[in-house]
Amino acid sequence: MLSAWLGATLSGILLGLLYGLAAIGLNLIWGVMNVINLSHGAFIAVGMFASYFMANYLHLSPFLGVFLVLATGVVLGMITYFISLHRIISAPELSTLLATYSVSLIIIGLGTFIFTTNPRAIDITMGSVSVGGTVLPMTRILTGAFSVIFTLWLYYFLYKTWSGKAIRAVSMNRDAAELMGVNTTMSLALAFGIGVALAMTAGALTATIFPFTILSGGGYELKSFVICVLGGLGSPLGALLGGLILGLI
Amino acid sequence: MGKGKTLFWLIPALLIIILIPPVTGSVTTREGVFLILMYVTLAVSLNIILGYTGYVSFGHIVFYGIGGYVAFYLMKFHGIHLIPAMIMGGIGAAIAAFALGEAVLRLRGAFFAIATIGVNEAVKALVNNLNFIGGAEGLFFNFRIYNTYGGATKAIWFSYYTMAALTITTVIAAYLIKKSKFGLGLMAIREDEDAAIILGVNAKRYKSLAYAASALFPGMVGAVFFFKAGNIEPHDAFHLIKSIEMIFMVMLGGYGSVTGAVTGALVYERLKGFLLVNPLFKNLHMAISGVILLLIVLFMPQGIVGFIREKSKKLREMLE
Repeated sequence: MLSAWLGATLSGILLGLLYGLAAIGLNLIWGVMNVINLSHGAFIAVGMFASYFMANYLHLSPFLGVFLVLATGVVLGMITYFISLHRIISAPELSTLLATYSVSLIIIGLGTFIFTTNPRAIDITMGSVSVGGTVLPMTRILTGAFSVIFTLWLYYFLYKTWSGKAIRAVSMNRDAAELMGVNTTMSLALAFGIGVALAMTAGALTATIFPFTILSGGGYELKSFVICVLGGLGSPLGALLGGLILGLI
Repeated sequence: MGKGKTLFWLIPALLIIILIPPVTGSVTTREGVFLILMYVTLAVSLNIILGYTGYVSFGHIVFYGIGGYVAFYLMKFHGIHLIPAMIMGGIGAAIAAFALGEAVLRLRGAFFAIATIGVNEAVKALVNNLNFIGGAEGLFFNFRIYNTYGGATKAIWFSYYTMAALTITTVIAAYLIKKSKFGLGLMAIREDEDAAIILGVNAKRYKSLAYAASALFPGMVGAVFFFKAGNIEPHDAFHLIKSIEMIFMVMLGGYGSVTGAVTGALVYERLKGFLLVNPLFKNLHMAISGVILLLIVLFMPQGIVGFIREKSKKLREMLE
């Protein structure tokens, strides 16, 4: 009885960390740009597929490939920003909501066309660890650990580096930041890129635990919204905490 | 405020479209026109809250589902005729919208949009778990129910004419709302809510009423649609993609204008039909819709009708 409870709690915490990581991407974009990124779920799915193809064709372990996914995500996110959001960043919410939604339609439409909606899974076995009578798969522990690492990295980036401080300045007051010599366009693009990259990373990590299709991003997107509301806007640690709450429920 | 001439050509134009299937007797055309009429009604009524008031209702399909369920339940278990059941469905949806509106319309901008998505998902989950209305499997009609209308074939024609009448009513109502003092208040809220409140617009009540008005007609559309389909299930009734389609139509045609919503619905139906049938595009129709939506948002945010209105002063009062 006790061990079952412990097992459920531990796997809830590990899953919650992962949900938290997915939500941080959404949270960052929402907090900095005041844009609700409706393509969040689609990018999570892209991350899942990126991880899948790296594991199957390049024989790269998903836990090494995740760094590659992160780097690709930043570039992809910045490109998306310049194509779909740059023109309308100051327009009312309807425009940005619809723009990000159309990005999601494009990604999912192309994804359905290329990959179909067949479920896929990454075949990975890394042994398991026994804690207090319950058995936890190693992949779950690693995804939890990676989620914490990426969150701490984001925290370091936002509070200790110049570009991170610029992003925070832009989120507080865009005009003032511009006057202080911050390149706001690049800061916004970078923030969007990092947000997308975190979504893709979370997707890549999730793919090691659960089977997925191109459409599975939607469920995680909804969870991310809930976490953002629970954890509060703008703080990465708040999102992680929100994720933990959701994971435990 | 001039009375405008929009209705003088818009209603005859719609009537001509409606009369095509009975004259030719073609069943294929009837199905196509039925879909167009349904889209027109949905787009025009969404426009009341989205275009006039400026609140993005992302989960508007929830009212279509509620109306459909109320009417379906009444028709199946109490043997009520389609017309009163439809009206009850519409009123049910409007009451639900008014009650919800009092709560969620406090939120502004993007928060409201997210809340409406949440409402849709919550109602879907609720209906999924209510056994007396069929749960996740939904409800379906006994075929005998169509005997009241003189058999299944006649029942489908009957639903077609009901939908046609509903569309005309919706267009007229949306136009009258736009031209009324109430509509003017809504547009004041859209431009600047705080200023509107200071100038004496009862913003809270206006918003709830606008939300109820924009839910009334989708509720009736749901009733007619599911009567015609013969079955209803939560997945169909609360499909979020349909919500997005409604927004797409309003944006395509022109935000805030009755003609715009009608045009958007027409163009969208044709476009969707073309993309789905064309062998080259049929698997890519979602991606192509995405590209088109992105192009509209980026380069033509005022929509087709808005674009024409901007270019030509003469046509402006024809295209309200």
